[in-house]
Amino acid sequence: MEKIVVENFSLTYSDGAESLQNINLKINEHTITALIGPAGGGKSTFLRAMNRLNDLADVAALSGHLYINGQDVLDPKTNVIQLRRTVGIVFARPLPLPLTIYENVSFGLQAAGERRKAVLDEAVERALRQAQLWDEVYDRLGDSAFAISGGQQQRLCIARVLALQPEIILLDEPTSALDPISTAKIETSLLELKEKYTIVIAPHNIQQAARIADDVAFFLQGEVVEFAPAEKIFTTPKDRRTLDYVQGRFG
Amino acid sequence: MSHLFEMVKRFKLYPRQVEWLGFRALAVGSVLTITPIFMVVIYILVQGGPAISWGFLTQMPQNGMREGGILPALVGTLYLTLGTAIFSVPLGIGAAIYLSEYSSDSSLTRIIRLAIINLAGIPSVVYGLFGLGLFVIFLNFGTSILAASLTLSIMTLPVIISTTEEALRAVPQSFRVVAISLGATRWQAIRRVVLPQALPGILTGVILGLERAAGETAPILFTGAAFFLPRLPQSPMDATMALPYHLFVISTQVPGMPIRIQYGTVLVLLTFVLGMNIVATVIRSRARARRQW
Ligand SMILES: Nc1ncnc2c1ncn2[C@@H]1O[C@H](COP(=O)(O)OP(=O)(O)OP(=O)(O)O)[C@@H](O)[C@H]1O
Ligand SMILES: [Mg+2]
Repeated sequence: MEKIVVENFSLTYSDGAESLQNINLKINEHTITALIGPAGGGKSTFLRAMNRLNDLADVAALSGHLYINGQDVLDPKTNVIQLRRTVGIVFARPLPLPLTIYENVSFGLQAAGERRKAVLDEAVERALRQAQLWDEVYDRLGDSAFAISGGQQQRLCIARVLALQPEIILLDEPTSALDPISTAKIETSLLELKEKYTIVIAPHNIQQAARIADDVAFFLQGEVVEFAPAEKIFTTPKDRRTLDYVQGRFG
Repeated sequence: MSHLFEMVKRFKLYPRQVEWLGFRALAVGSVLTITPIFMVVIYILVQGGPAISWGFLTQMPQNGMREGGILPALVGTLYLTLGTAIFSVPLGIGAAIYLSEYSSDSSLTRIIRLAIINLAGIPSVVYGLFGLGLFVIFLNFGTSILAASLTLSIMTLPVIISTTEEALRAVPQSFRVVAISLGATRWQAIRRVVLPQALPGILTGVILGLERAAGETAPILFTGAAFFLPRLPQSPMDATMALPYHLFVISTQVPGMPIRIQYGTVLVLLTFVLGMNIVATVIRSRARARRQW
């Protein structure tokens, strides 16, 4: 089933450069889609558009459609708070909130008005287990989230998103600040998580895309040059520029 | 010393020697700066110390203020500080939150900021006259704790607003983005994440602002301060004695005033103000030590 449908989507920041031009994509439910491409291609911009986090940035113009579950999220009438609970995002650097581990994971639910301790407890444990972090922190949920390692912090950030039981998880180079072991743990959880969620990731390198992605979109200077199943992109891409990029000839 | 002469004779200093000299010079400068402060504090302690007693703090002045205590002035200053806090703290913090978290950089906010900067530069006697015109006469509050507190509030607001804004700006933008990305509203992000982080800085600003209010004479001179009152103020509409004004009165207006009582009063006022300052410093350094970002 098509979860995300993007039609003729363009975005311009107020500095004038068109950062996304005429994007067309169809992302299926329960898949991992990787957005690859050289720096400045518009991957982060596209990710942040999907949960309207770009509202906080200096966006000058938007056009086209970005359907999630059939609803155009660019519609001014969209309930963005609800949207962000449905479409969670994990950033490149681990960014714990200056709260305890428990409060970090329950933050979204509490913001949504959940007060019942039992419900929060249950959600925190489930999310931490899904993010493969429970065993490492169950006995210090009351500690500051800064007291755990960078890799653990990043899994905490994933747990924080999972606690809201979203439908889509966006990850913007989530392992770029992590060591290989932490990276492998996160990749393993993503492969498990795609059974339940739809995942869109800007991987931190092409190898990561090859390891986990079902579909790959190649972003180049604000355009999607090619969007196809991963094995096709990595073996027989249609576009010469895609081939050059995946073979490491530029970028 | 001969070492130093050697260096000067050769007239060529190595970087390490330059550094040595530089640090010594800075150390001398620092000592010179703090010496007067220590001298003032010690002098006041020596002169005023003997006047301090439980009775001095808890008795009404007697015999034309030449004897007895300073209770009404002390209580009055507490009331004025509290009154100032009631008006200026919520208003100042609210304004700062609006300016730094909600408003975009429009010409309106630029005018507001300009006004705040200028407010901070106005001599305090001007606030006194303004308070007299607006609160005492126009709003008909009379010379009262209310009018004086409002006047002091206006004077304190720029300090509270600018320090609060600074404290809010010191909280990384990423915390707001993360909170909002988790479905928080702007206000939830501010209340649950930003404000707790900024709180020590805000408290410091509040205390520094109130401390200034507690020590000022000119703004309360025409708006709420009384020369002498035989009893403590009973309501916010009463005038009140206050430490800084009382000090002025007993230093210049009362012949035959024992110097001991004057210095005792100075010591109490200084303790009050320095005490607030120390509290602010402790809050700030504790928060710095605990901060993890
Ligand atoms: N907040 C912003 N304001 C103005 N321009 C921006 C902003 N964010 C991104 N841009 C511009 O938009 C273009 C796309 O940037 P984006 O960060 O989306 O690229 P990216 O593909 O994620 O790059 P990277 O691989 O370096 O993360 C760039 O030219 C960038 O300069
Ligand atoms: Mg990026």
